[in-house]
Amino acid sequence: MRITCPLCGERDRREFYYQGAAVALTRPEPEAGEAAWDDYIHNRENPCGVTRDLWHHEMGCGAWLVVMRNTATHEVLEVELATDAKRTGA
Amino acid sequence: MTRTEGGCVIELRAKSPCDGLLPLSIGGVTLSEAAPGAMTCLMPYKGQAAALSGALEVACGIAAPAPGHSTVSDGVRILWFGRETLLLIGPEPAPELAQHAAVVDHSDAWAVVRLEGPGAVDVLARLVPVDLRESAFAPGATARSELRHMQAAITRLSADAFEIMVFRGMARTLVHDLRDVMESVAARAGR
Ligand SMILES: [Zn+2]
Repeated sequence: MRITCPLCGERDRREFYYQGAAVALTRPEPEAGEAAWDDYIHNRENPCGVTRDLWHHEMGCGAWLVVMRNTATHEVLEVELATDAKRTGA
Repeated sequence: MTRTEGGCVIELRAKSPCDGLLPLSIGGVTLSEAAPGAMTCLMPYKGQAAALSGALEVACGIAAPAPGHSTVSDGVRILWFGRETLLLIGPEPAPELAQHAAVVDHSDAWAVVRLEGPGAVDVLARLVPVDLRESAFAPGATARSELRHMQAAITRLSADAFEIMVFRGMARTLVHDLRDVMESVAARAGR
């Protein structure tokens, strides 16, 4: 598996650390209520298909990335810097 | 020796990270320690990347390199060193740079070695998961990657020469891993 880092180009999977679903970019407001916080902290989808995750280019440039990939085909569909994803509204 | 109140303190002498480990030469490939001079990490403040590049041009005559590249001029090199990070190598940093970036002295933080000779690329290719063909990684290209399991910075100096940097505390492991592979590449080539 290879991930194309927007800064470093196409790199081997071993350079990346997998963090999990990209929910950290849509953190609820402090007063959003228990249901929103419970969902944010505990509930995750487990899709067979397209998923959107946070990866860290740990052994590379150090950037956090949002990677869209297909869990069934292993295809990597889209990669962007987490800062860019956040700026454009996650 | 320096006299102190109660006794003597041996005068401290700086040791390079690979002191006593290098140089090595195996099968036409040599590994030697570089003496890069001052190394300074520059991390531009928010929105200051262009201003930092301008200040570098004024101070050192070379601008900030794009990701994956390095810039070189007389006795000064600037490496792209990761996301929003540059490494200035050679001179002490001009004080003005601190207006645009966090400026951190890294001079003693890195072991810096040079791997060169025909076959250097074959050695490195066994340790680093980066496309090292000249078409993809030309002289001047630089990459943050891993070397075996160490975080490293790799720069191609010429067709047959690479500069490799790892954290200073890993100097011995770096030399060990490179020596291992230099030996196996040489054995396979019958050199
Ligand atoms: Zn990267």
